[in-house]
Amino acid sequence: MSLEMMEQIIEVVFAILILLGAVIAVISVLGLIRLPDVYLRSHAATKSATLGVLLILLGAFFYTWFVHDFFSIKLLLGILFVFITSPVAGHLNARAAYRSGVALWKGSVRDDFREAIKQERQLEIEEIKNRN
Amino acid sequence: MTTTLLWVSLILLSLAILGALYRLLKGPSIADRIAALDTIGILLLSMIAVLGITTGTRAYFDIILVIGILTFIGTTAMARYIERGVVLESGDDGTNH
Repeated sequence: MSLEMMEQIIEVVFAILILLGAVIAVISVLGLIRLPDVYLRSHAATKSATLGVLLILLGAFFYTWFVHDFFSIKLLLGILFVFITSPVAGHLNARAAYRSGVALWKGSVRDDFREAIKQERQLEIEEIKNRN
Repeated sequence: MTTTLLWVSLILLSLAILGALYRLLKGPSIADRIAALDTIGILLLSMIAVLGITTGTRAYFDIILVIGILTFIGTTAMARYIERGVVLESGDDGTNH
């Protein structure tokens, strides 16, 4: 097998990695459109969108490394940053949604956070009473 | 072959952005819209990466970092705003609990 052919195969492999990431991104947006409430939607949006973007950025990183012969620190930093911040942002958004009173889907079977919030409110009320 | 694959993934990503735009316009609660905006930002970031290697330039890779940071900060600020009504707390008067 000649060197040129190897290079072509490597190119196609990383392009397929990028394509796989794009397909996963489309699936996650399908979840964002179809799922019934904000918590399920953010589940679809954060997890699989992160995976899709990770695959795409990794594909782009290796592509620039092997084909353009350039080791891109910026892309690595971008991967790291998205990997750290995307779950945090999703969690913050879901918590804010619950605390601002967005209702759960009718088919939800379990809601542990309501008890926790109730206890927290009780503690706050007692604290205010003690202060007076 | 490679160019075709890259263009197909660009088209798929733009379709995904269109879908997220639908959720952004329709979404019943504000949190839906925030999640949709977050998704749009992340998809835009990956689209720019693909565009960069399609055109063979690496000048676009700065934009990836900037969009990533802006998306995270925007999502955090909006989430804190709908949770408490303030973005930055002063922390000393205790009125914002």
